[in-house]
Amino acid sequence: MAPTSRNTSNRSGRLVQRVPIFWWIKKWNYTKFILRELSSVAVAAYAVVLIFLVHAVSGGPAEYQEFMELFQRPFWIGLNVVALAFVLLHSVTWFNLAPKAMVIRVGNWIVPPKFIVAANYAAWIVVSAAVAWILLEP
Amino acid sequence: MSKTPKISNEPFWWALFGAGGVVSALFIPVLIVIFGLAIPLGWVEAPDYQSMRVLLASPVTRLLLFGIITLCLFHWAHRFRFTLYDGLQLKHLESLILVLTYGSAMVAVIFAGIAIWTL
Repeated sequence: MAPTSRNTSNRSGRLVQRVPIFWWIKKWNYTKFILRELSSVAVAAYAVVLIFLVHAVSGGPAEYQEFMELFQRPFWIGLNVVALAFVLLHSVTWFNLAPKAMVIRVGNWIVPPKFIVAANYAAWIVVSAAVAWILLEP
Repeated sequence: MSKTPKISNEPFWWALFGAGGVVSALFIPVLIVIFGLAIPLGWVEAPDYQSMRVLLASPVTRLLLFGIITLCLFHWAHRFRFTLYDGLQLKHLESLILVLTYGSAMVAVIFAGIAIWTL
């Protein structure tokens, strides 16, 4: 049995079918999965942005000013919109899956998944409001 | 299967991924809205330099910021590693990908530490 060009043998010598690289593009559900997984790129990018913000503040008022003005360019506004879309996808999918990752028991009672999801969204609102208030209070 | 099972370090990376997932889901959207949209588009006024400096220099903010940055980076490293494995079928490049993902996360964490420490 000769392997075809689409197939490849694995280490044990058995013939395995090779998955095409863009297997996830054909079905929306798979594409959504890959988009969700790619949200981590936006998360890391923002961690880097925070490092640059700290660095700019270290550098003095002029550098801080420069940093803030950079984000006014249309290119950066666009990038931030894309990043926001990705992290929102991350937050929503993460909170919705939270009950699957943690099952909380109080005595014999298992906290219903809906409560856990609601608690996560509540925490999201509280954290967002607190961060906005601390950063923007006059 | 080998007779002496190796202790996997996978749970450690997964724990960092999980913690980073929570922290990023809670903190990053509001930060993008404020720094990426609200301030540049003039919806709100940017914090002036002095108050920004005072805020960032406080020990609580430093600790919080370092924690958020570190966890976000390791969240990315773990998740992106598997995105490359599954999404682009690159499992055969495992060692290279391990170095690129966790390695660059560690480098960025060091930069974050220096930036925050020397503020």
